[in-house]
Amino acid sequence: MENLLNIFVRSIFIDNMIFAYFLGMCSYLAVSKTVKTSFGLGIAVIFVLFITVPVNYLLDNYVLKAGALTWLLGEEAAGIDLSFLSLIMFIAIIAAMVQLVEMIVEKFAPALYNQLGIFLPLIAVNCAIMGASLFMQQRDYANVAEVTAFGLGSGIGWMLAIVGIAAIREKLKYSNIPAPLRGIGITFIVTGLMAISFMSFLGINL
Amino acid sequence: MSEKESLFSAKNRQLLLGPLSKNNPVIVQILGICSALAVTAKLEPAIVMGIAVTAVTAFSNVILSLLRNTIPNRIRIIVQLVVVAALVIIVDQLLKAYAYEISKQLSVFVGLIITNCIIMGRIEAFALGNRPWPALLDGIGSGLGYGLILVIVAFFRELLGSGTLFGIQVIPQICYDWGYRNNGLMILAPMALILVGIVIWVHRSRNKDLIEK
Repeated sequence: MENLLNIFVRSIFIDNMIFAYFLGMCSYLAVSKTVKTSFGLGIAVIFVLFITVPVNYLLDNYVLKAGALTWLLGEEAAGIDLSFLSLIMFIAIIAAMVQLVEMIVEKFAPALYNQLGIFLPLIAVNCAIMGASLFMQQRDYANVAEVTAFGLGSGIGWMLAIVGIAAIREKLKYSNIPAPLRGIGITFIVTGLMAISFMSFLGINL
Repeated sequence: MSEKESLFSAKNRQLLLGPLSKNNPVIVQILGICSALAVTAKLEPAIVMGIAVTAVTAFSNVILSLLRNTIPNRIRIIVQLVVVAALVIIVDQLLKAYAYEISKQLSVFVGLIITNCIIMGRIEAFALGNRPWPALLDGIGSGLGYGLILVIVAFFRELLGSGTLFGIQVIPQICYDWGYRNNGLMILAPMALILVGIVIWVHRSRNKDLIEK
């Protein structure tokens, strides 16, 4: 349990998707103009990460890894290594899951669906989603619970970042910034400063 | 095919060179920052990443431009993703075979080329509506424009952060003896963001028409 909490907190603050790995920057920069829309996108990202990371973990461990197919085909499958397919399988799972999530949300929560609108399909090509699956593969988590904690934490960290920058950008509209720096330039620099402040969380260990 | 234009007409040259400055994918169109900045702490991986992205963009543009009349519009995103993912797997396996050290340093960021917005953006905006040759030039141009920014950022980060270029010491030892210190902050993630901000600043103050209101 402590371990789960540790992974969760680490993936929110220390291994933050945006501030430590720059993942999902495209939508982060494009959608962070108002707090409301960025909050909606953040929720959608949490949702999709929460589902795709564990699914990809199961896929990786029971189908793709070297010798992972032994539970299905017996001992002679021990030599099969499909891990070179993992990129294409992950992206297929993500695209399919996003489609599924979109349909479920449309059916059961039409209000949320209208709010998320165009953001849901865009999430399929959000680097943060794909990145989380690849990090999951690289870091050798022990079981599904740990992976789920990692997915959920990464999503919350991403939302924290985008809501934070949106709030700052809303205020920045009223400040006097050198003309060439207006818009995107100052957003980059503010993000850099936010990343420096997030570095103060380094070394937290529960 | 009636208006036969030469392979490097002014229009085609523009496709190749435009993305290097005026129409740069990273600092003007704000695409593909996702997988870019984390590989810029050193020059060498940045250059390899630039080449890898250029290759994937160019080939995926050509392939999808050849296929453009046969793909049904409704499933085009899936087709694009499959083509790009297949190309990225090839790049990944090549890197593992011939440049193992660098492929270790790039780690997950090779896989993330799939979701690089530049590639999907160029396919959607250009390859699906143009013939293969201009699509190839456009892909190479966009890839190089992306690589250029990576190299600029990586040059300053490696020079100021480690005092080296390509791993070779360039700041003379005597400076260290007199009390010069490497700026450790340059190696860390935040400075990549701030450097891109500064590159945008310099670029826009030279190209006034790009300034946002």
